[in-house]
Amino acid sequence: MLRRFTEHKTATDLIMWGLGAVLLGLIVWGSAATLIKGVYSGRQWLDFVIFGLAQGSIYALIAMGYTMVYGVLRMINFAHSEVFMSGPFTAYYVAAAFYQNGFLESHPFLSLIVVFLVSMLTAVLIAFLLERIAYRPLRNAPRLVPLITAIGASFFLQYMFRGFFGSGFQAYPVIEALEGHFHFGPVRVLKFQALVIVAAAVLMVALYQFVQRSRLGKALRSVSEDKEASALMGIDVDRMISMTFIIGGAAAGAAGVLYALMFKQVHFFMGFIPGLKAFTAAVLGGIGNIPGAMLGGIFLGLVESVGPSLFLDGLGIVAPFQLKDAIAFTMLVLVLIFRPTGILGERLAVKKA
Amino acid sequence: MKRGTLLCSTLTLGAALAASTALAAAPKDPLGVVSIKGNQPIHVAYWMVVAGPDASLGIDTRRGVELAIEAKGGKVLGHAVKLTGQDTGCNAEGGQAAATKLASDPTIVAAIGSNCSSEAKPGAPILWKAGIATVSPSNTAPYLTDAKRGPEYNGYLRTAHNDKVQGAVAAQFAIKKLGVKSAATIHDGSVYAEQLQAVFAEEFKKLGGKITSQEAVAPTDTDMRPVLTKIATGKPEFLYYPIFVAAGGHVTRQVKEVAGMEKVALMGADGIFSTDFYKAAGTTAVGMYHSSPDFSAFGGGYKDFVAKHEKKYGEKPISAFHAHGYDAAMMIFAAIEKVGVKDKDGTLHVGRQALRDALYATKGMAGLTGTLNCNEFGDCADPKIAVYQTTEENVKKLNMPTKPFWP
Repeated sequence: MLRRFTEHKTATDLIMWGLGAVLLGLIVWGSAATLIKGVYSGRQWLDFVIFGLAQGSIYALIAMGYTMVYGVLRMINFAHSEVFMSGPFTAYYVAAAFYQNGFLESHPFLSLIVVFLVSMLTAVLIAFLLERIAYRPLRNAPRLVPLITAIGASFFLQYMFRGFFGSGFQAYPVIEALEGHFHFGPVRVLKFQALVIVAAAVLMVALYQFVQRSRLGKALRSVSEDKEASALMGIDVDRMISMTFIIGGAAAGAAGVLYALMFKQVHFFMGFIPGLKAFTAAVLGGIGNIPGAMLGGIFLGLVESVGPSLFLDGLGIVAPFQLKDAIAFTMLVLVLIFRPTGILGERLAVKKA
Repeated sequence: MKRGTLLCSTLTLGAALAASTALAAAPKDPLGVVSIKGNQPIHVAYWMVVAGPDASLGIDTRRGVELAIEAKGGKVLGHAVKLTGQDTGCNAEGGQAAATKLASDPTIVAAIGSNCSSEAKPGAPILWKAGIATVSPSNTAPYLTDAKRGPEYNGYLRTAHNDKVQGAVAAQFAIKKLGVKSAATIHDGSVYAEQLQAVFAEEFKKLGGKITSQEAVAPTDTDMRPVLTKIATGKPEFLYYPIFVAAGGHVTRQVKEVAGMEKVALMGADGIFSTDFYKAAGTTAVGMYHSSPDFSAFGGGYKDFVAKHEKKYGEKPISAFHAHGYDAAMMIFAAIEKVGVKDKDGTLHVGRQALRDALYATKGMAGLTGTLNCNEFGDCADPKIAVYQTTEENVKKLNMPTKPFWP
C-alpha cells in the first residue's frame, strides 16, 4: 500500500492529502476548543449521540438498497430515494384511517404493524417494477445508460406520487403509546427513537443473516461475484436481481415508516435528501458492502448530529447547525481522499479488480 | 429591447393617425407598450408558492387576487382580466425560474407576487428587466424596499408590511406582555427569516432583554433536536423562529422533547401563520404565538370579503395575506385604469414605465388592509401587526384564530 502510494505520488495527490490534513486539523482543533469551553453537559452529549443513532439507522437502512444493487449490477439506483418515499406516503392513508376510527388508539402496535406492512409492500412493488420496466431492458447497455434512466425514473416516480397524493405534505398521526421517554439510569431516550434504533438494528441483522446464511442469500452473493458463472451453476440471475431490488425495497419501506414516526411529515419530495445522505453513507462504508452501508449510515448520522456542536462550535462558526449537510459531504470527501474504497470497501475492491 | 422600440415606433405612427381623428393618442413609453386588441383580455400573472409545503401561503394570496377580479366584475376598462401564474416554491431558485418564465411572455401587463422574500430577491429584477412591474402581497423582508436595494428593483412594490415593523412588535410583545428577559432565535437562511429575527433581536436587546443565541437551520432539515439542545444550553425563556412551514413544524414538534426546553414560550411569524402549519405541527402548536397582520384592524370591506371567500372556496382564509393579495390586484387595476389609453378600434395601450409610475404614485387608496400609500421604494402598506395565540380548536378544526391576543 505504502509502496504503491509513493510510486504514484503526483501533485494532485499531494494537494488532496494537504487538503485532507487541513480539514482533519480543523476538526481536531474545533473539538478541543469546544470540549475545553465545556458548554455541553455529559447528558447533552449523550442526547446528541442518541439523536444521531436514530437518524443514522434510517440512513443505514436506505443505504442497504443502494449498496446491494451496486453489488449486483454495478449501477447507482438513484430512484431508490423514491422507493423510500413511496412506502410511507402510501401508508399514511392507512395510518390516517386507523387514527380516524380510533383503531390506532385502541391497538397501537397492531396498527403500526399494518402500517409497516403496507409501506414495505408498496416499496417492494415499486422497486420490483422499477427493475423490470426501467433497468432490465438496459442490462447490457453501456454503464451510463441505466444511470441516466435511474434519474429519469426518479423524476417519474416523484411526479407520479405528486399526481396521486398532491404536492402538499401530510402529517402522520401522533401515536400516544410512543410519546414520552424511557429512562436507563442517566440516559433518557425518546420512546419512538428507541423503537427506530431497535427496529432498524433488528432489520439489518436479519437482512445480513439472510444474505450470509440462507441458500437464496448465497445465490445472491454468487451473482454479485460473477453473473456468468452463476448462470452456469444453474442460478436464475434475473430472479436474483429482482430479489435484490425486493430486499432493498423492503428495507427502504421500513425505513420510510421509521422516518415518518420520527418526523411526522411526508410528501412527494421527502426522499431526496435522505436518499442523497444514504448514498453518501453507502459510499462512506464502501459501496457494494452490506456491513459497510450499515456502518456508513450510523457514522453519518452521528457526525451530523454531534459534528456541528463538537467541532464547528469550537471553531467559532456562527449558526453551525445550518452546515450539517456540509459536514456530511465533507466527511465523504475526506474518506474518498484517504480511503477511496470506503471504510470497509478494500477487500471487495481487490476482489473485483 | 429592439422589438420594443420597433413596436414603439409603429405605435407612434398609429398614434399620429389616431390624433388626427381627435382621439386619445397611443402612449409612447421608454419601456414599451402593451397593446391589447378590443376582444383580447388584459393579462395579469401571479408568481406565488401554490404547491409544496408552503402552498397555503400562495393559495391564500391567489384567492385574494381572484376575488379582486370578481369584485371588478372580471373587467378592467372593458377588457376581461386573464390571470395565469407560476409556482415559486418558496426559494430563490423557484422565484428565479418563475420570473424568467413570466418575463418571456410579452402579453403580461403586470405581475402579482412573490410570496417568500427569497423568491423576490432574484425574481423582481428579472421581471423589471422585461419591463414588468410586480406588486407583492406577502414579501416582508426589509431589504426589498430598502434605500440601498438598487435600481433593478425599481419595478417592485408591496402591499405587505415591512418586517421592521413586525420584528419590533414581536420583541415588544415578548418583553411587555409576557415579561420574558431572555430569548433565542432560529432562522433558515432565507432573506425573510434572517432579517426578521435580526430586527427582533435588535429590538429585544434595546428593550433590555438578553439574546442567548441566534441559530440557523436549513429549510430542508428535519432533525431539529441537536440545534434545540444547543439553544437549551443558553436557558432562554422565549424562542422566536420566523421560518416556514416544513422546518417550523419540525421545530414545534421537537422542542418539547429536548431537555430544558419544555417551558419555553414559542413564537413564529406570518410565514407559518397558516392552516398547513397547524397540520405540520399538530397539537404541539397549541399555545404558541404568531405575529401577523391584524385582521381586526382591517377596513370595513373585510367582513364582506371573508363572507365572499367562504362562499366561493367553502372555507375561511387559510393564511395571513389574502387581503394583501386583493389590495395588490386592486392597485394594479387602478393603475391600468389611470394610464390605459384606448384607440378608436377599442385597442387598449398600457405603457410599461407609465404603469410602474402610476403604481408608485398610489396615494390614499382605500384597501382592505388599510390606506395604501406607496413611498419612493415601493412600500405601500399601512402596517398593523397583532399577535395571535393558537388554541386547541384551531389545530383540531384547522382554522385560523380571528381575535388578536395582543394588543
